[in-house]
Amino acid sequence: MESGVEWIKELSDVPTGKLPPHLELQRTRVECKADAPIHTDTFQYSGAYASIGVDNSVRLDNFRDNFRVEVIRLTDEEMEFDMIGIDPALANAFRRILIAEVPTMAIEKVLIANNTSVVQDEVLSHRLGLIPIKADPRLFEFTENGAPTEKNTIVFKLHVRCEQGEPRLTVKSNELKWLPNGSEFPLVSESSSRGSSSKPRTYTSFNCSQDSLPEFSNNPISAMDNIIISKLGPGQEIELEAHAVKGVGKTHAKWSPVGTAWYRMLPEVVLLEEIEDKAAEQLKAKCPVGVFDIEDIGNGKKRAAVVRPRACTLCRECIRGGKEWEDRVALRRVKDHFIFTLESTGALPPEVLFTEAVKILEDKCERVISELS
Amino acid sequence: MEHGSISDPSKSTFSLTDEDHTLANALRFTVNQDPRVAFCGYSIPHPSDNRVNIRIQTTGESAKDVLKDACQDLMLMCHHVRSTFDKAVGDFKISQTVKDMHIK
Repeated sequence: MESGVEWIKELSDVPTGKLPPHLELQRTRVECKADAPIHTDTFQYSGAYASIGVDNSVRLDNFRDNFRVEVIRLTDEEMEFDMIGIDPALANAFRRILIAEVPTMAIEKVLIANNTSVVQDEVLSHRLGLIPIKADPRLFEFTENGAPTEKNTIVFKLHVRCEQGEPRLTVKSNELKWLPNGSEFPLVSESSSRGSSSKPRTYTSFNCSQDSLPEFSNNPISAMDNIIISKLGPGQEIELEAHAVKGVGKTHAKWSPVGTAWYRMLPEVVLLEEIEDKAAEQLKAKCPVGVFDIEDIGNGKKRAAVVRPRACTLCRECIRGGKEWEDRVALRRVKDHFIFTLESTGALPPEVLFTEAVKILEDKCERVISELS
Repeated sequence: MEHGSISDPSKSTFSLTDEDHTLANALRFTVNQDPRVAFCGYSIPHPSDNRVNIRIQTTGESAKDVLKDACQDLMLMCHHVRSTFDKAVGDFKISQTVKDMHIK
């Protein structure tokens, strides 16, 4: 009797709690064929493999065991890291939040007193809006259709003039001067009716100077350096005030804190058979990014080897040129391994941006929970 | 916010305002990972409305509780992602300073 059970357990179609290798491959890898990639979908449903006795649910503790982050490159404005053991639904949520929902400061209102340059007012305003402002947006509030105050607005002044007889002048973003006391332009209606005794009312109502606040007293706010705003010919002048407010990238791309944030799945290149001598040379020559190299195996024989799979751009050049190449090389992508790259525009360092993005997703969940209960 | 039959709490549709694929897709993933769930999907009824509808059908449990648990799970996952990320960045920064010292 006992041996009968053993015999049944050995049969190939009896559940063992593990996926058979071909299904495991489908679950964890995208296979890139010469014409199109296959098995591109992820299996999210917990009961996807219930019929073969495999639990597909992600329990929090096994997520904790499997999730890893490896930083590859980190500078002041750019970082690349590997996120391993996470579903694309989450990786994509982080990417989308980084692009569209992490707030920054950007110029929203431009008060132009004089502009005789060749750049029209509206074009000039648009150019100003796109200049990154180096100020921590977490220290500011969103403007709630009230008066601009020191808590939600940063004011910059731009006043440049090219004198007669001078060569053409290039106006760069360095010329934007921070006004910690707010706007200097008086409201037109106020200036005539009010007496000179009280302070003239301006376009902002600051209660105190921003540079008296502890967070800005030692690091003054500035715009990104060296961005050309306009060029002035002799006699031309620009005088304006630019008001920066807090916003998010889904309203306008000028508030997006990243130049780009993207991920790609880790490439996996596998040689399905030994590739030797002439074929090996051919394979090495096929790849434009140098994924393959050739190693000597003695007796004057050479063999192809995969040395830099990470460089693979999936051009599929190596599996082109007939069925025999498709049988020799398998191009795959690991479905839960993301090579995440993000470039900051300068307001916050990239590692802070990512943590902020994760926090925003947490806040969204919290909002749903509180609305449900 | 919640629309569903009053008699049967195990099937309902949740309409979330001011949300999009970002949250809905992540939530669909966490909800689907729950073994109590028979079906979960989401849709954006109209691209100019800022809303998503998430449909949940369970094997008996209240759909609302399942969604709440999924949100909780997603939050904990985010929390773990954040702490792992911060630790990885911290480790990387230390290893970089050590490397720089070798150069000098």
